[in-house]
Amino acid sequence: MLHRREWVYGWLFLSPALLFLFAFTHYPALNTIISSFFSTPKGRRPAKFIGPENYQTLLQDEVFWKVLENNFWFAVGTIPISVALALAMALWVNSQLKGKTMARVAYFAPTVLPLIAVANIWLFFYTPGFGLIDQLRSGLFGLPAINLLGNPDTVLGAMIVVAIWKEAGFFMIFYLAALQSIPPVLKEAADIEGAGNFYYLRKVVIPLLMPTTLFVSVNAVINSFRLVDHIFVMTEGGPDNASSLLLFYIYETAFQYWQTGYAATLTVVMLLLLSVLAIGQFFLFDRKIHYR
Amino acid sequence: MKPKNLISTILITSALLFGTASTASAVDLEFYFPVAVGGKAADTIQALTDEYVAANSGVNIDAVYAGSYKETVTKALTAARGGKPPQLSVILSVDMFTLIDEDVIIPFDDLMQSDEDKAWVEGFYPAFMENSQTGGKTYGIPFQRSTPVLYWNKEAFAEVGLDPNTPPTTWEETIEFGKKLVKKDADGNVTRWGVRIPSSGFPYWLFQGLSTQNDVILANSDGNQTNFDDPKVVEALEYLVDLSGKHGVMAPGIIEWGATPKAFFEGQTAMMWTSTGNLTNVRNNAPFDFGVGLLPANKRRGAPTGGGNFFIFREASDEQKQAAFDFVKWITAPKQSAKWTIATGYVAPRAETWETTEMQAYTADFPPALVARDQLEFAVAELSTYENQRVTAIFNDALAAAITGTKTPADALSEAQKKADVILKDYR
Repeated sequence: MLHRREWVYGWLFLSPALLFLFAFTHYPALNTIISSFFSTPKGRRPAKFIGPENYQTLLQDEVFWKVLENNFWFAVGTIPISVALALAMALWVNSQLKGKTMARVAYFAPTVLPLIAVANIWLFFYTPGFGLIDQLRSGLFGLPAINLLGNPDTVLGAMIVVAIWKEAGFFMIFYLAALQSIPPVLKEAADIEGAGNFYYLRKVVIPLLMPTTLFVSVNAVINSFRLVDHIFVMTEGGPDNASSLLLFYIYETAFQYWQTGYAATLTVVMLLLLSVLAIGQFFLFDRKIHYR
Repeated sequence: MKPKNLISTILITSALLFGTASTASAVDLEFYFPVAVGGKAADTIQALTDEYVAANSGVNIDAVYAGSYKETVTKALTAARGGKPPQLSVILSVDMFTLIDEDVIIPFDDLMQSDEDKAWVEGFYPAFMENSQTGGKTYGIPFQRSTPVLYWNKEAFAEVGLDPNTPPTTWEETIEFGKKLVKKDADGNVTRWGVRIPSSGFPYWLFQGLSTQNDVILANSDGNQTNFDDPKVVEALEYLVDLSGKHGVMAPGIIEWGATPKAFFEGQTAMMWTSTGNLTNVRNNAPFDFGVGLLPANKRRGAPTGGGNFFIFREASDEQKQAAFDFVKWITAPKQSAKWTIATGYVAPRAETWETTEMQAYTADFPPALVARDQLEFAVAELSTYENQRVTAIFNDALAAAITGTKTPADALSEAQKKADVILKDYR
C-alpha cells in the first residue's frame, strides 16, 4: 500500500516539470516535424499536405547551403578558441596575481552585457573611417580605412570575434569554479615528486577539468547555433547572406517571409543537427572524462 | 475563503473591471505604430491620439508603439493569425500586397460612402497613392511618408572650387564633382569621399532612385511581375558599382545606413543620399553649412517614395472600422498633419497641408523641407510585390553581391529575376 502511494507522489512531484517540458519542448518539436510536411497557410488558403516537397526545396535552396556553411565556420571559429581562451584566462586569474579580482571582473563583464548592446559596441569598433579599429589603424600605422562588415570575405570573421569576446568570460567562470575545487594537496604532491608546472597542468589539472570541458563545449556548440542577436544589429545577414546563420535564416523565413511551412522544415534540420552533435559529444568525451 | 465565495468574488471583480471599461467608452481601438527614426515621432503620435480621444468621448484609442517597421508588420500579422489583430496600424506601404494576401485588411472603399470621402482620397499626392492602391481599390492611407534627397556640404564644395549653392544635377556631374571632392592624406589614404549612397540592410531603396532616373520601373502595379534583368536596371547597377570601382568617388563595399549622417558630419563624405526623415537630425548636428537638393538625374529625374501607411484590419466590428476611418481622416487633416511634419520631417502627404500658416512659417524658416515635396512630382512607387519581403530580399542579395564584387551586375540581376519569377508565377 505504502509502496503504491510513493509511486503516486513521485509522479505528482514530477508532473509540473513534465507538463512544462511537454508543453514547451516536446509538443512544439513534434508539431514542427508535422508542419514541415504541410504547405504554408495563407489568408483563405489553408495548409495542405505536400509530403516531402519542402525538403526538396531545401536541397535546392542555395541560401540554405550558404547559411549551413557559414554556421559550420562560425562553430569552428568560435568553439575551440573561446573554450581555450576561457581556460587560459581561468588559469591566469586563479594564480597569485595582484589585482586578480579586477581581472576576473574585466573578463566576466562581456557576459553581463546583453548581446544587443555588445553588437552595438562592436558596430562602433568596426565602423569604417571613424570607428575604433580604423582610428587605431590610421593613427598608429597610417593604414587606409577598412570596411570589415561590408565585405563578404571578412564579415563572418568579424562576427566570430564578437561571439568569442562575448562567450569566453562566461566559460571562464565555470573553469575557475572547477579549478578552485581541485584539492591543493595534489599540487603539493606533484611538487614533492618533482613534476614541472606544465606536466602538472597536462596530467592532473586538465583531466580533472574534463567534466567542465564537456559542459562548456556542449554549451559552446549550442550557442554557436543559438546566438544570432548580433546579426540583427550588425549586418542583417548581409552582404548577400555572407554573415547569415541557420537560426537567423529560420527567423527570416518564418517571420519576415511568412513561409512557415518551409521554416518548420529548416527547424527540423536544426533539431537533427543539434541532437547529433549533442549525442556525439557525450559519446566522444565520455571515455575521456574522469568523474569522481 | 470557501470555494463558492472565491468564485463569486472573481465573478464580481471581473464584472466590475470589464463593466466599467465598456461603459466609459463606446468604441475601443487598438492602434499599432512603428518608429523608424528616433526622437519625437512616438511622442507626437501619442499627443495627437490623446488630443483626438479628448475631443471625441465615444472613442478610446490605445496607441501601441510596436518597434521598427519590420517588427510592426511581424507583430500585426502574428496578432492577426492569433485572431486578435489591432483595428488600425501604420505599416510600411510596400507590405500592402502581403497584407492583402494574408486577407487581414479591408479596402478603405468599403468605408467611404459620401462623395466627400472620395474627393478626400483624391487629395493625396499621386506619388504616395501608387503604393496604396491596387486593383482600383485604396488599401492604405499615406501618413509617415518620406523620400530620399541629396545632402551636400557647402564648405567642402567651396574648398575645392565648386559653387557651394549648386549640387550635381546629373550622373556625370556626380562623378565629376565627386572626383574633385575626394581628399587624400600624405599616405594616399582617402580621408573624404565624394558621395555616399548607403547600401546596408535594404539597398533596393536608394538603388530604386538610380533605376528610376534611368527610366525603368522595377515592378508592375499588380505586384506580380519584376523587371530586375532589364538592361536599364543593369546599367543603373553598373553605375552604382563604378562609383566605388572605376571612378573611386565612393567608399567600396557595403555602406552602413546608420553611420551615414555621422560620416557626413565628420566630413568623411561631401555628399550623401538619405531619407528626408534625417532633415531635423542634420539641421541640428551638421557643424557646417549644408544644402539639400533633388537627387541627380540621368534619363529623367527620379526617386522612390518610402514609409508607412494606415491600414484598417478586417477582424473588427463595423463600429470600430468606422471609428478607425474617422481617426485616419482627422490625423491626416492639415492641422494635425502639419504638426506631425514639423516634428519629424516626414513629408506631408496632402497639398493643402503645405498651405497652412504653420507649414508656411516652417518652410520660410527652413526651405530645405520643401525639396522633398518638390521631388514628389518625379517620385514613383517603392518596390512592392506579393511576398514582398522575400522578393525584396532576393533583390537586396543581388545588389549586395554586385556591390561587393562577388558577381557582375548582369549575372546577379538575371539570377534575381529568375528567383523572383518562381515566387511570383502563382500570382499571375
